[in-house]
Amino acid sequence: MSTSHVSPLREPLVDGVKDLGQITRDVCDPLDAAPTTAWYAAFAAALCALSYGAVMVIHQVWTGIGAWGLNKTVGWSWDITNFVFWVGIGHAGTLISAILFLFRQKWRTSINRSAEAMTIFAVMCAGIFPLIHMGRPWLAYWVMPYPNPMGPLWVNFRSPLLWDVFAISTYFIISATFWFVGLIPDLATMRDRLPEGWRKKAFGFASLGWSGSHRTWSHYEMVYLLLAGLATPLVFSVHTIVSFDFATSVIPGWHATIFPPYFVCGAIFSGFAMVLTLMIIARKVMNFEGYITLRHIDAICKVILLTSMIVGLAYSTELITAYYSGNHYERFAFVNRIKGPFAGFYWMMVFCNVLVPQTLWFERIRRDVRVLFVISILINVGMWLERFVIITISLHRDFLPSSWTSYSPTYVEIGTYIGSFGLFFTCFLLFCRVLPMIAISEVKGVLSYARDDKHKESRHGR
Amino acid sequence: MAAKTFVGVFDSDQAILAAARAAREKGLEVRDAYTPFPVHGMDDALGLPPSWLSRACFALGASGLAFALSFQYWVSLFNWPMNIGGKTFDASPALIPIAFEITVLVAGVGTVVTLLVFRGLLPGKPAELAGLGATDDKFLLVIDGGTEDSLRSFYREHGAVRVEELAGGAR
Repeated sequence: MSTSHVSPLREPLVDGVKDLGQITRDVCDPLDAAPTTAWYAAFAAALCALSYGAVMVIHQVWTGIGAWGLNKTVGWSWDITNFVFWVGIGHAGTLISAILFLFRQKWRTSINRSAEAMTIFAVMCAGIFPLIHMGRPWLAYWVMPYPNPMGPLWVNFRSPLLWDVFAISTYFIISATFWFVGLIPDLATMRDRLPEGWRKKAFGFASLGWSGSHRTWSHYEMVYLLLAGLATPLVFSVHTIVSFDFATSVIPGWHATIFPPYFVCGAIFSGFAMVLTLMIIARKVMNFEGYITLRHIDAICKVILLTSMIVGLAYSTELITAYYSGNHYERFAFVNRIKGPFAGFYWMMVFCNVLVPQTLWFERIRRDVRVLFVISILINVGMWLERFVIITISLHRDFLPSSWTSYSPTYVEIGTYIGSFGLFFTCFLLFCRVLPMIAISEVKGVLSYARDDKHKESRHGR
Repeated sequence: MAAKTFVGVFDSDQAILAAARAAREKGLEVRDAYTPFPVHGMDDALGLPPSWLSRACFALGASGLAFALSFQYWVSLFNWPMNIGGKTFDASPALIPIAFEITVLVAGVGTVVTLLVFRGLLPGKPAELAGLGATDDKFLLVIDGGTEDSLRSFYREHGAVRVEELAGGAR
């Protein structure tokens, strides 16, 4: 449909789809059918995990932070590890929806909707941890500057923790807005194909009277471009600010200028691994193999390979900087990482994040969905370990050997973490059932991409 | 305005684009086109100027930035200066992150609200020409003015698969 030149070597973005109407049916029909047994089973499991987590959170709020395994030396551990882990996961969604849009990477169209949903749910999961870490979450509104009768006593605008509050809330609001704007045309598609009833009414309400008018499309496309342009620096700023939580402190192992780019890259790396996990499941369960093709999987793998190498470079840079700094404490922090009591976690992290992704150089592996599923899980584990290594190992042996200690999580911390997965998958499974998982109008726009006769000939000629 | 509205129903983006261009060349008044996805080239075919929302976005972002910076300075320097670890009260670099976040927040949300209000996209509003398939696989062209015969023959000439007739000039 676009008049711009497309190289004859390009392959189509969707497989086995004949016309526009079929896209509507393929994406919307599963939403009209009753959920499958597999869906019910998955939803029940997610709901169980969520309920267990809710009980743990209530227990923690009731008894206080003492229910966790934290101590005077290790003041941050699983809670903040999980927070950074979930925020990081979210970043891939914005990368796919905003940055790939700015780079005109048209393959993003069939995965951006679910990746954005993943972002929103991941940020929700992330938000829980700092909230309950406050100990008195009913006073959480104190982190917002509002006119109050205490002076007014304002928040400290020079604190990185406050920057984080603003970064995460802005990120959540902008991601949700971006997602909803992208959904409007598809909600209208749903509205127009549903029979009379409460669902038609609900979609009619949410689709804001969208009619596909070109005078609206013209402004809509501008707004979408602007949002992509705003979300791109936003996504970099969010994880940069998360890394400031650590980098602006004086703890050896945290106090490093490499942290912002290192964290942003790690976030994209872990987020793409989670996208891969979810897409491998979704394309199978929802029968979207013609939309989320092996070429999409291949492209995701290439991003993972690149970011894995940047992360590996950051690991070695950290070590060299610590050695070259000549700073006694800095050197010790890293020796403690690679040889200390938690060294197993460090080397497991290196294995998962640096060595395992190297297999993605081979095209055979990039197209083998079962192997990729295992790799994506390993990377998710590795990136969780990375945050644990940075946070807990840097803290547990600080400046004074008299305050050295160890750390192990209690069942409350583990349960809360399981609960966050429950929340994530409950939301994601509901999303799969209620809203179009693939951006219908965007896929329609790229249906004719690389599909004319010239392209067919060159492909058969190869 | 005609008492009736005639809608040309097309099957492909190329067909409706050609028809819209031809209509403009003939001097017909194209009210709007309704398509399942944004058809590129349609802006020119309908003679639409580039969207002014980019300027609105800039203005919103600039006011967000101004608000965030001035509020933080006012709090830190005048309303309740706090001595925290001996940091200076006007530590400008420390005010940048929040200023940036507020800029993005106001610009992003503000632009979307502007779009929705300006184009009348409001919750529960009934859609125009609903049921003719513009959100599925049909491309609709609506031309105002002209006689019934001239419109019908124009649409047919340019490859419309059918012509719909709607009562009233209303949407």
